Amino acid sequence: MLEVTSLSKAFAGFKAVNHANLAVEKGEIVAVIGPNGAGKTTLFNLITGIIKPDSGRVLFKNEDITGLSPHEVCRKRISRSFQIVNVFQRLTVFENVQISVLSREKKTWNLFTPSASLAIKETDEILESVGLLKKKNRTTALLSHGDRKVLEIAMALGGNPEFLILDEPTAGMAAEETSRCIDLIKKLSQTMGLTILFCEHDMEIVFGIANRIMVMVRGGTVIQGPCEEVRCNEAVQDAYLGGSDACLM
Amino acid sequence: MSRKTLLGLGAGIIVLLLLPLFIPRFYVYLVSIILLYGLLATSLNLVLGYGGIFQFHHAVFYGVGAYGTTLMLTKTGLPAMLAFIVGPLVSAAFGLVLGIICIRLSKLYFGMLQISLGSLVWAIVYRWYAFTGGDDGIHGIPMPEMLSSPKSAYYFTFIITLVSLFIMWKIIRSPFGSVLQGIRDNPVRSEMIGINVRRHQLLALVLAGFFAGVAGSLFVVVDNTVFPDMLFWTLSLEIIIMCLLGGWFAFLGPMLGAAVIIALRTFVSTYTDYWALVLGIIMMLVIFFLPNGILGYVEEKFKRGFVEPEIEER
Repeated sequence: MLEVTSLSKAFAGFKAVNHANLAVEKGEIVAVIGPNGAGKTTLFNLITGIIKPDSGRVLFKNEDITGLSPHEVCRKRISRSFQIVNVFQRLTVFENVQISVLSREKKTWNLFTPSASLAIKETDEILESVGLLKKKNRTTALLSHGDRKVLEIAMALGGNPEFLILDEPTAGMAAEETSRCIDLIKKLSQTMGLTILFCEHDMEIVFGIANRIMVMVRGGTVIQGPCEEVRCNEAVQDAYLGGSDACLM
Repeated sequence: MSRKTLLGLGAGIIVLLLLPLFIPRFYVYLVSIILLYGLLATSLNLVLGYGGIFQFHHAVFYGVGAYGTTLMLTKTGLPAMLAFIVGPLVSAAFGLVLGIICIRLSKLYFGMLQISLGSLVWAIVYRWYAFTGGDDGIHGIPMPEMLSSPKSAYYFTFIITLVSLFIMWKIIRSPFGSVLQGIRDNPVRSEMIGINVRRHQLLALVLAGFFAGVAGSLFVVVDNTVFPDMLFWTLSLEIIIMCLLGGWFAFLGPMLGAAVIIALRTFVSTYTDYWALVLGIIMMLVIFFLPNGILGYVEEKFKRGFVEPEIEER
């Protein structure tokens, strides 16, 4: 479904992403792992158009989407959440998701119908599915960190995506919140049939939900394969564990 | 909107309708000026407070609207009412052009570029004696019969301001308005949920330009003059201060700010020439004590006092 070939991006000479390759099949959950600064977030930014790549290609459903702007990428039904919480702080939980739904329904140029009367059902359904319905009228700034991360995912769902990119979905969450979030991701994959690409530091989560894993080191792809294959791979041990022959997890 | 707010608004409208019957001519003029400046400040707030765009030189659109209307009235024989529509449309078109140039930059850089381009327009108006009257401006602009008295000018201003405010209020509550506020809070996120940020901002700039142009045309009706100072950057600063003082997250904040500033300027000026000094002190006090503006402060107090609604009802 998604195919990244030899994607590269340098910032002032520093190769943040260096010939990265990645393939994601429909319906899969793929994890990207790698040490801090390996270029995971930059890779996601390149795929979603927030940054333009220097070279390489991104194919989505066999269509070249390299260098499209973020709103165009979103129209192809690719949505993402952010590592650092990235929501509309002054608006309520409901409004945050509603804007996303309105945007998908192409109603954002409507100047005179009150927003309050639009996309209510769709927005409520999404909030229900992620478990935020009870908090829909709260101002986002007053939510807990965990709820805000979930709101991130809810906003991404507003675009009715086929392909969902989650940048460290559980970072900074309490243990209980983390397990709720994992359940949510599993549910999105199983019941809604979403294809999911995510990156994460917690190996328990990675090996718990991913079908396949891509390992990134210094901007490049070390290996991509099923969990078993990656777990005790030598190159991964070199990069991650400093040459020790212990396995990940 | 709560019943009480509606009642308050209704009362305000009735007072403003009856006002000219009781107050002397000068005050009728003054209230007209307050209304149109309030409209101008609200149009700025559409992009500043709701859109998060640093429109530092908003007065240009006010001036262009006023000059557009005036030149049409004085240089052509077309019906006067047409001039009042053309002025704002010219402003909107100008907002589009300036917007397309400036929108590539964000935040402060947008503001800086806008000030420079706007000042360029001011310089042209200031120098082009043959067309704009140069630094003299244009005086004694002929008005159609029905707008020639201060009272009729007042009612015209009042109705147009009311209609314009209503339209802007609708816009802010529309999906477009929601998106605009989303962009203010987080442009990157907005892009990522499929919103073309630049284009939405551009439309906001055009709308703000249009309503600033409406305010400019109203000034022509009320004062029958135009002069280059209407596009000078100090006026833009004054409009921004109106927004900040009244409260830029409240819809009627800029209107209140305009009322306070215009009233103070009028009365302070009779005692001292140092109006700018007084303005500066007011601004400092606002920043320190009322960071959300007067109306923002009132709303805050009101919400806190909401525990005892019985007292409020009486």
